[in-house]
Amino acid sequence: MRAAPFAYLRPNSLEEVFAALAQFGDEAQLLAGGQSLMPAMALRMARPGVLVDISRLGELRGIALEADALVFGAGTTYSQALRSPLVAEHAPLLALAIPHIAHEAVRSRGTLGGSLANADPASEMPACMLALGAQVVLRSAEGERAVPMEEFALGTYTTAIEPGEILAAIRVPLPETARRTRFREIARRSGDYAMAGAALVSDEAGEARFVLFAVSDRPILVSGAPNLDAVLAGIDTEVEFFPDNHAGIATKRHLAGVLARDLLSRSALKEAA
Amino acid sequence: MNDMTRPIGRAMPRAAARRHAAGRGRFVDDIAPAGCLHVAFLRSPHAHARILSIDLTAALDLPGVVDAFDGPACAELCKPWIGTLDHFPGLRSPEQHALAVGVARWSGEPVAAVVATSRAIAEDALDLIEAEFEELPAVTDIEAALDPEGVRIHENYDSNLAFRLDLNAGEPDAAFAGAAAIVERSFRFNRQTGVTLEPRSLLADFQPGTGELTVHHSTQTPYQMHDVYSRHFGIPEERVRVVAPDVGGSFGLKLHVYGEEMATVAASIRLGCPVKFIADRYESFLTDIHLRDHRVRARMAVAADGEILAMEVDDATGIGPFSVYPRTSAVEGNQAIRLMGAPYRMQSYKGTLSVLFQNKAPTCQYRAVGHPIACMATEALVDAAAGALGLDPLDIRRRNVVPDDAYPYRTANGYMLEGLSHQACLEKLAALMDYDALRRDQAEARARGVHRGIGLAVFVEITNPGPAFYGVGGARISAQDGCTVKLEPSGAFSIAISITEQGQGTEAIAAQIAADRLGVSPERISVVSGDTRTTPYGGATWASRGAGIGGVAVMKAAEAMRANLLDLAGTILQASPEALDIREGVIVDAETGTERMSLAELGRILYFRPDTLPPGTHPLLTVSGHHVPQGYPFAFTNGIQASHVEVDPDTGLVKLLGHWVVEDCGTIINPLLVDEQIRGGVVHGIGGALFEECNYSPEGQLLSTTLADYLVPLASEMPDIRIAHVATPTKTSPLGAKGVGEAGTAASGAALLNAVNDALSPFGAVLAETPLSPERVLRALGKV
Amino acid sequence: MTLDARTDMPVSLTVNGRRTAGIVPVRQTLAGYLREELGLTAVHLGCEQGSCGACTVRVDGEVMRACLVLAVQAEGCVVETPEGFSGDPAMDRLRERFATRNALQCGFCTGGMLVAARDLLAREPRPSRHAIREAISGHVCRCTGYEAIVDAIEAASHGGTAP
Repeated sequence: MRAAPFAYLRPNSLEEVFAALAQFGDEAQLLAGGQSLMPAMALRMARPGVLVDISRLGELRGIALEADALVFGAGTTYSQALRSPLVAEHAPLLALAIPHIAHEAVRSRGTLGGSLANADPASEMPACMLALGAQVVLRSAEGERAVPMEEFALGTYTTAIEPGEILAAIRVPLPETARRTRFREIARRSGDYAMAGAALVSDEAGEARFVLFAVSDRPILVSGAPNLDAVLAGIDTEVEFFPDNHAGIATKRHLAGVLARDLLSRSALKEAA
Repeated sequence: MNDMTRPIGRAMPRAAARRHAAGRGRFVDDIAPAGCLHVAFLRSPHAHARILSIDLTAALDLPGVVDAFDGPACAELCKPWIGTLDHFPGLRSPEQHALAVGVARWSGEPVAAVVATSRAIAEDALDLIEAEFEELPAVTDIEAALDPEGVRIHENYDSNLAFRLDLNAGEPDAAFAGAAAIVERSFRFNRQTGVTLEPRSLLADFQPGTGELTVHHSTQTPYQMHDVYSRHFGIPEERVRVVAPDVGGSFGLKLHVYGEEMATVAASIRLGCPVKFIADRYESFLTDIHLRDHRVRARMAVAADGEILAMEVDDATGIGPFSVYPRTSAVEGNQAIRLMGAPYRMQSYKGTLSVLFQNKAPTCQYRAVGHPIACMATEALVDAAAGALGLDPLDIRRRNVVPDDAYPYRTANGYMLEGLSHQACLEKLAALMDYDALRRDQAEARARGVHRGIGLAVFVEITNPGPAFYGVGGARISAQDGCTVKLEPSGAFSIAISITEQGQGTEAIAAQIAADRLGVSPERISVVSGDTRTTPYGGATWASRGAGIGGVAVMKAAEAMRANLLDLAGTILQASPEALDIREGVIVDAETGTERMSLAELGRILYFRPDTLPPGTHPLLTVSGHHVPQGYPFAFTNGIQASHVEVDPDTGLVKLLGHWVVEDCGTIINPLLVDEQIRGGVVHGIGGALFEECNYSPEGQLLSTTLADYLVPLASEMPDIRIAHVATPTKTSPLGAKGVGEAGTAASGAALLNAVNDALSPFGAVLAETPLSPERVLRALGKV
Repeated sequence: MTLDARTDMPVSLTVNGRRTAGIVPVRQTLAGYLREELGLTAVHLGCEQGSCGACTVRVDGEVMRACLVLAVQAEGCVVETPEGFSGDPAMDRLRERFATRNALQCGFCTGGMLVAARDLLAREPRPSRHAIREAISGHVCRCTGYEAIVDAIEAASHGGTAP
C-alpha cells in the first residue's frame, strides 16, 4: 500500500512549527524519524492531512550535559545516542537498550523524542526514560513545561502532549550517587518488539526503579524495588496486562515475573552496569 | 577424460549471482513500459459475505483513474475455473471467478479492480468505491468445518468436505491389538504462508491491433500460465507469450492461478495497454496461498523390541473456500497422509484424510508439499515410542528404517521406492554430529539446569514426478521438458531450456550439463529460460524436477549436438567420428588428445564456409532434446536431519544450537548449489516449526498481515547447518540426479520439534502444536 | 505567518555520485523516487513498511530504509544505492564473495544485504559471525537460510581492512 495523499511542510524553526500547528490544527502531524509513522501511513492507518517535517530542525538536535541533567534534543537519533560518550557515562541504560531497537537502518533515523511521543507501549525508550526518572520538555508558542515521565505516557499511543505543543527535549537527571542499570527484553527474534521487557535503575543509597514494558498500555513503574518480593507483589496488583499477537495476558504476567526475578536477584544487582 | 575437469559435479558459482550482486537483477516491477497503468483491488472486508452492490462511480471520477470493474464485468472476459482433477476421485470445488461474483468467501478476496496511472491513485480510488456487503456466518476452524450441522460455505454442497481419502494397508487393527506399546499424539499444525520476498508480480500487455497478449509474470511455470491465459481469455495459444524474468523467490507460491493476476490481464484487454499488478505485503498475506493447516490425530503401535508395527492417522486439513486451480488443494493432504511412516518397514497403516472448505485464504502446494506434516507426525511418534520402550531415538530408527539392500521397496501406502540409503545416512549423521558426545553434553548441561535437546527426523521426499502427477488428472501441465542447443560461430553454445530459474541455479546446472557433454567450459554456454516464445515447451520448475527431468533434456540435446559436431568434424578432418572427441572447446583425437581443430574453426566453416563441405552436407546446428520420466511415477530421495536446541523453561524461548543434514539426492551436479538449496530449505522448515503462523480471529479476520506480526526466520536466530551426502544415483534418470529443492524443508521442522520435546522431557512436557512459540512452550510446562 | 504546505516539491540530491533534481509528489518515498525516476531498480520493495530490509540504502553515510524516507526528505543528501559504491574496495570484495559463495539465490534481498554488510564493515572491519548475523538480522532472505551470506561477509572482511 501507498500512503494516502497529504501535504508536506518543512519548517525552518520551532517558531514555524508552532505556526504550522496553529494553522493546520488537527490536520497537522509532526514527522520526526518516521520509523513508526511512515509504516502506519503506508498501511493507510495514519492519514495525516499535513505532514510537518521536524527531522531537520537544528533546535531539536544535540546531547548536552547540564549541571543536573543530561539533556537530549528530541531529534536525537538512536544511533547518535548510542555513539555518544555522554550517554555511555551518564545514561548507560540507554546504551544497553538501544541495540534492542529494531535494526541499524531504523536506529539511524528513529529518534528518542519520536519514540516518546509515539508512546508505543512496547517501545524501549519510554520505559528507559521512566526508569531514569526523566522529564519530557514540551514547548509551545506560549512557552515550555516539563512533565515527568510518570505523567507523560497515558496509554497506548496517548501522551500528555497538548495541541500546539511539541516534544522538544528529554532531561535525564544526573544521580547523586553512582547508578547501576540493567535492561532485558524477551523477544522471539532479535530486533522484534518484546513480548515483555524491563529496565532497572538502582543507586548506592538503595533506591531503585523497576519498569516493565510491552506488557501493558504504557511502561509501568512497579513499586517495591529493589525488593524482589515487593515487586512481585506489585506485578500482581499494580499492572493491568494487555495481550498482543505473540503473548496473551497469562504469558505477559509470567514473563514479568521472570524479568523481575532476573533483574532483581541479589547477584543481578551486583552485576548491573 | 579427467573427472576433475568435468563440469558435472563441480562446485561452481552462478553467472546470475554476479549480475544480482552488481545490482542488475530484472524483476517484473523493474519493467516499466511507456503508458503502463497500475491496478489495485477492493477486497472483501468479511470472511463470508453476500455482495449487495458495488458502486464504482466516484472512483471512476477521480483524476488519474482509467478504469474500474467488478466481478461480473471481469467474468465477461475471463472464464471461471474449477480446481479439481480427475485423479482425485470425489474432489469437488465450485466455479471460482477472478473477482468474486455474488458472494465473497474469505476476508481479502478481491471483489473489484481499479486501474489508474499510479498505484497510489488506484488505492486512493478504492476509498471512493461504495460497496455494500451482507455479512454471512463464517466457518473458520477445522472442527467447525467438520460439523454436519454447521454453516456450509457452498450452498450446493451437502457439507464442507472437499475431498476424502481412506487408506488401509496390512492389518492395522491386529497390529495395534498385539502391540507392546501404543503411542498417540494429537497434533495441530497451524497455517503458514510463503512470503516470497518479491511479491506476486505481473505486467500484462494486450495488443489491440494483433490480439496478442504478452505477460511478464513472476512465475515458476510460464507454460502452464500460457495455457491458462489462452484458454480463459479465449486467445489462441500462438498469440500468447509469457515471460518470467528474474523471479524473487517462488517456493511453490508462484505456480497457482490467482484472481488478481487474471483480473490484471482482463484490465489490459479492456484497455489495450500495459497494466501492472505488484502485490503489496498486506495483500500478499491476505491472498497468497497459505499452507499446512492440519489437525492430525495419530498413533503408532510398536513391538517390545522397538519394531514399528502400524500407524493410524486421521488428518483434517482446511483449504479455504476453493480448491486452488489448476493443481488442486488436495495434493498437500494426499501427500501428507501417504508419506506417513514412509522411511520405515512398517507394513500396516490406516489413514483418513478430510480436506475441508473454510472461510480463510486458499491453501495449496508449497515447498515440500505435505512432507513436513507427515514427517513431524511420524517422527514425533517414533520418539514417543522410543521413550515408551526406553530406547535411544537413534537406535529405534536404526531398527526400523528400510534396509539399504531391500530396494526396490513398496511402502505400506503403495509408494514404490527405487533405491534409498537410510542406513548409510543414519550412520553418517551420527558421526557428523558426534551424536554420543552431544548426548553426554546434554546430560552435563541438565545437571547445571540447562535444558538442551537433540531431535532426529528421517525423511523420504518425492521428486521428479512423471505424468501421473497432473497430466492423467486432466491438467494441462507438462510432464516433459525440453532443451534446444545452438552452436554459435565462435564455438560457444546457447541453450534454451523449459525448466525455469528462481535463484536455485537451474540455468547454472543446465550450463554445466551441456558443457559436460559438449566438451566446453560452462562459461561458453549461455542460457535462456522462462520465455514461452523462445524456449521449448515444458513443465518448468516444481516438485524438485528441474535437474532430474529438465537436466536430462539438456543432456540429450547436448549429446545430439555433440554427435552432429563430431560427424561434421569427421567429414572435414576425414576421420571417423568415433575417433574424435571434444575437450575444452577443441576437437581432439580421442585416443591421444592431440588437437585436430578448434570448435571456433568448426563453427567458422559450418556457418561461413559451408561451400567447403562435401555436396549434400546440410549441418544441423540447432538441435533439441526432450525428456519425460518413465517407469517409476516419481523418484524418491531420502535423508536424515538432526536439530540441537536449548530451551529456556522460564521464557519458553528456543535457541537453535546446531542443525545437521545428511541426504541423498543421487548424482550431484553442483555441490555448492545443492548445499545452499538444503540450507535454505532447512530454514523454511524451521520457520514453519518455530515462527510462522497465520493468525485469524474467530470471525475469520487475518491478524498477521505484516512482517512484524508474521515472523519469518532472520539471520540472528538461525544456526550454522552442516551437510553431508550419500549418493545413490537413480537409474530412472540417465543423469542419476533426483532433485534437492525440498529435502531441507521436509524434515527440519520434525527434527526441531523432537529436539524441543527432548529438551523438555525432564519436565514431562510435550508439545504437539506448531509453531513452537514461547507461549506454547510455557503452556506445555504448565507455567501459563 | 502563513505557511505553504505542498503536495509537490522540488528536490535535488546526489545519487551514486551524480547530481539529480526534479519535482516530486511529496508522498513519493525515496525508494519510489530511486526506482521510478532514476531507474535504480536494485532498490527492491519487499514490504514498504520498513520490515524486510530490501530497500536499504546509504544516506549521508548512514544506512536507512528507503521506503521509510520521503524523497523530499532526501533534499541535499548524498545517497548510495546497491548500484553505486563504485571504486569502493570493500564493496567490491563483498560482491565477489557473495557471488563465489552463492550467498544469494533469487537476488531480491541482495542489494539491501550488501549495503548493510558494507555499513557493518565500516563500523567493524573484522566482525564476528555473531556480529554479522546481528547486522543483517533486519534483512529478510527467504532463499539462503543466511549461512552463506554470513560466510561471504566474513570472507570479505578478511580480505582487507575496510576504510
